[in-house]
Amino acid sequence: MKILVPVKRVIDYNVKPRVKADGSGVDLANVKMSMNPFDEIAVEEAIRLKEAGNATEIIAVSVGPAKAQETLRTALAMGADRAILVETDELVEPLAVAKILKAIADEEGPGIVMLGKQAIDDDSNQTGQMLAALMGRPQGTFASEVAIDGDHVSVTREVDGGLETVKLSMPAIVTTDLRLNEPRYASLPNIMKAKKKPLDVKTPADFGVDVTPRITTTNVSEPPVRQAGEMVEDVDALVAKLKALGAV
Amino acid sequence: MAALVIAEHAGGQIADATLSAVTAAAKLGGDVHVLVAGGDDAKGAADAAAQIAGVSKVLLAQDAAYAHQLAENVAPLIAGVAEGYDAVLAPSTTTGKNIAPRVAALLDVMQLSDIISVEGPKSFTRPIYAGNAIATVESSDPKLVITVRTTAFDKAEATGGSAAVEAVNGAGDAGLSSFVKLDAVKSDRPELTSAGIIVSGGRALKDGPTFEQYITPLADKLGAAIGASRAAVDAGYVPNDYQVGQTGKIVAPDLYIAIGISGAIQHLAGMKDSKVIVAINKDADAPIFQVADIGLVADLFNAVPELTEKL
Ligand SMILES: Cc1cc2nc3c(=O)[nH]c(=O)nc-3n(C[C@H](O)[C@H](O)[C@H](O)COP(=O)(O)OP(=O)(O)OC[C@H]3O[C@@H](n4cnc5c(N)ncnc54)[C@H](O)[C@@H]3O)c2cc1C
Repeated sequence: MKILVPVKRVIDYNVKPRVKADGSGVDLANVKMSMNPFDEIAVEEAIRLKEAGNATEIIAVSVGPAKAQETLRTALAMGADRAILVETDELVEPLAVAKILKAIADEEGPGIVMLGKQAIDDDSNQTGQMLAALMGRPQGTFASEVAIDGDHVSVTREVDGGLETVKLSMPAIVTTDLRLNEPRYASLPNIMKAKKKPLDVKTPADFGVDVTPRITTTNVSEPPVRQAGEMVEDVDALVAKLKALGAV
Repeated sequence: MAALVIAEHAGGQIADATLSAVTAAAKLGGDVHVLVAGGDDAKGAADAAAQIAGVSKVLLAQDAAYAHQLAENVAPLIAGVAEGYDAVLAPSTTTGKNIAPRVAALLDVMQLSDIISVEGPKSFTRPIYAGNAIATVESSDPKLVITVRTTAFDKAEATGGSAAVEAVNGAGDAGLSSFVKLDAVKSDRPELTSAGIIVSGGRALKDGPTFEQYITPLADKLGAAIGASRAAVDAGYVPNDYQVGQTGKIVAPDLYIAIGISGAIQHLAGMKDSKVIVAINKDADAPIFQVADIGLVADLFNAVPELTEKL
């Protein structure tokens, strides 16, 4: 069984995003970029499934600029077998990404497509669900546990009320949540080896997908800033202040 | 112009999150209808939905296949019903976030995720980058699929309406997935996303029993819900559904007390719209103090029991 793992190059989660003064977006010039953390979890899970003998090949895919090759090399260094970059400098929306992934899935025939539940830049939380719809296959979103059981996969999902388990017939789409695993670091020898692993470069047009955005961003602004309040000396002062504010 | 709100419901009751989505839908300016899809208890929920102020029609799809809100079964139903609507809205709960994008893709439209305001018939604002930026977005799609950040919209009145309930049908079970179980966290506490007061604990609480020993009495005293940072959840002090933040629950209570939480951007993303924020942390430089209305630099193991006693 093949596993397809889409990965996105995003601002590093440790960087505090700055809004550009002209309101056109977030300043990404000279900012550290990394693999979306949820996608790292997806790569890790795919590797574990392969190590457990449940998968034979892991294909990492990224839709994005030429620099997303770095992100794919990271996935390869972690343990993916080969990679596909669908190169474009356009901002590609989740629906168009899902259409590209659908075309790749049609060619590759994976048993599982394992995606991050959301990208930490646009916070959309859509691509996996959209891909599942386009493929007409089941989805196990926000996964904290994935277990293969013959031609089914059991997915434990982090939901508002606790943990929900669903059973999906494969091929299935899984999106990862934080507690699924702790991704490994790529070792230096594996980083070297990854440089020789195959990486195909394609374009959205190769898959016949129109990536014209449906949504225009007309402005990006800073959120209202909260004024830092008052530091109090001790618990008595804290209680007094809470009462003064009518908070308790 | 008519908008369809996908109801979140349980045990014959409409969830508060639905009421916020109704408010957002009303801001689009047209009729607001509610779809209740579910199993045996859906009828009760539909009757409750019919009473929501401002709702002019309720659609009820009752089928065992919809009982657990499996996206594979519910999304095609919604996409079919959406035919007659200009917009479909769902609250940004885990259920809404699971189903709505599947509906959007079936309709070939781009979803607008997690809106926090309605600026025009097709224009909205939504937080991006963990709430460090607010984007104003405009859709060019013929139909809108929207998820609604519930803390950004007041709850519609649960009573006062008298809408008609109409039955609708979908294809039922798509045969792709099945529900196995729900390990629900039982609690008599107020629900995190609708609580007036939240006491939240972080990594500093050391382990489950310590978390319980220090956080629970304070929460009890205040009648508060309990929240946590990702670090506290990852370390197993508390269940996953306690997590507040960018990728957990978004909350905006009247009072949020952060105890032994550093204030990483991902945590702040989930709570910085709280009315009053209190932080207790032994590190005076912890970023949480930059958003706190009241800050106390102290060892929580002394300060929290004292606070619990003096309140
Ligand atoms: C993709 C991604 C998504 C994430 N999503 C979320 C999310 O949704 N929610 C979230 O919370 N985090 C999230 N995080 C994690 C986030 O980056 C932080 O790691 C996390 O919030 C830290 O939790 P913490 O503040 O409890 O722990 P720490 O950062 O370790 O802070 C512990 C604090 O306790 C204080 N302390 C220690 N001992 C005491 C004492 N005795 N008395 C008083 N204070 C004490 C310390 O000074 C410190 O400030 C996410 C991270 C990633 C990468």
